[in-house]
Amino acid sequence: MKLEMRDQPGQLVAALQPISAVGGNIIAVIHQRETPATTEALDVQIVLELPEGRLARLLEMFRAQGVNVVRIGEERLLYECTLIVIGHLMHTDLSDTVDQIDRTGSAEVTELSLAMPAINAPSSARIIIRSTTREEMKKALRILRGVAEQKNLLVIEPLEEA
Amino acid sequence: MRIAILGFGSVGQGIARALLAKDLDIIVTGLADSRSGIINPTGIDLAAALARKEEGGPCGDVNISPADVVARADYDLLVEVTPTNVDDGEPALGHIQKALMRRKHVVTSNKGPIALAYPELRDLAAANGVFLRYEATVCGAIPLIHAMQEGIAGNTISRLYGIFNGTCNYILTRMAEDSLTYEQALAEARELGYAEADPTYDVEGIDAGIKLVILANTVLDMQATLKDVERTGITLLTPEALRLAEDQDCTIRLIGEIVPAAGVLRVSPRLIAKTHSLVVEGTLNAVTVETDLAGDLTFIGKGAGSTETASAIIGDLLYIRDRHVQSS
Repeated sequence: MKLEMRDQPGQLVAALQPISAVGGNIIAVIHQRETPATTEALDVQIVLELPEGRLARLLEMFRAQGVNVVRIGEERLLYECTLIVIGHLMHTDLSDTVDQIDRTGSAEVTELSLAMPAINAPSSARIIIRSTTREEMKKALRILRGVAEQKNLLVIEPLEEA
Repeated sequence: MRIAILGFGSVGQGIARALLAKDLDIIVTGLADSRSGIINPTGIDLAAALARKEEGGPCGDVNISPADVVARADYDLLVEVTPTNVDDGEPALGHIQKALMRRKHVVTSNKGPIALAYPELRDLAAANGVFLRYEATVCGAIPLIHAMQEGIAGNTISRLYGIFNGTCNYILTRMAEDSLTYEQALAEARELGYAEADPTYDVEGIDAGIKLVILANTVLDMQATLKDVERTGITLLTPEALRLAEDQDCTIRLIGEIVPAAGVLRVSPRLIAKTHSLVVEGTLNAVTVETDLAGDLTFIGKGAGSTETASAIIGDLLYIRDRHVQSS
């Protein structure tokens, strides 16, 4: 996320304070001093992690502090879940299985490793699903369970939640 | 204290050997296997009964039935250690009821009656002023039920999960270690006596499921039957799946899990980090209990075996003797 604010003493602290107030975690602060001296604004880029659903509240607090957010960067996929799927994966259209999760828009299969020991023998795949929120991950897993039941696949889920 | 022992297979013989080896001041006045029985108010010669079993014979008189021992022998406490019947719990269920109605305490390793009829049996025991204990029904030597009923009484359990079946754990350990197929690992488990000729009960997760039902109904205040357990076995697992898990420093174990607040009971193969405390080798069992006051507790130990199961039975025997048996 890139922030723009007035170049006055104490402004940076004022900008950072709301982040901790909403339970966010600052990963990096990039402070660029070489902006044209003609403007009074100061450019600061902040990379941060935020609990789900807190972004709107944070932006509100920034506005109240007089901090102007220039641009909000891409939200990264924070939740990750590794699973193993066993069965006739190719015969049951593996790309459709993956597609059904990707189609949710907010969760996607980001890695897939496949082992096919013999023709007609069940194959095994390890897949990694990533999502922006825990809720989206749960939804993706529900979809996968449904597809697996339909296609007679065995899904091995992790013991611990993502 | 005088006891009667019903069932003289692996567990019954383990109890007899432990009683012979230790001076526990316990006299066995009744004993029965599936074919015969002995009633002797002054005390049965356990060494002689063990010798008869070793020679392949019945332990006692073929004209005396297990029902005769339950109904006629002179005992304070019935030890019921016959094989589990998950369909109707019989004949063990009837024997336990009969003993409780005779105002005799009961200690059992039999999962059938406890999984199917615990509330009735508990009430029957209470009505007759006697005790019913069943530590040996879950995880063999691990005193899990005792710990949950006494040691962490007052805690709220948010989740309980672990490895409840040693046979499956052995098979999965071997598949992971030496890339055996499921069939090869099962054959090996059979050869070593870890798996039955018909392994369905273990490998389809039925045994683990019954143990979850027992824990749910007896210590977690739930009302569950085996039908309520979402259950997947290990028969479809492939060596490749274990290798794919291994690549990520994980392995696969058959995990039984209860989440009381959500009403979840489930037995299924799960991906688990190899460094996780529940990843135990061979036929061991391991259970983690998540609580509000005590934090997480993990129990690891032998889940089956003659001596190990006898340990749980004897623990229950002495528990009852020390608290409730006045005359012996």
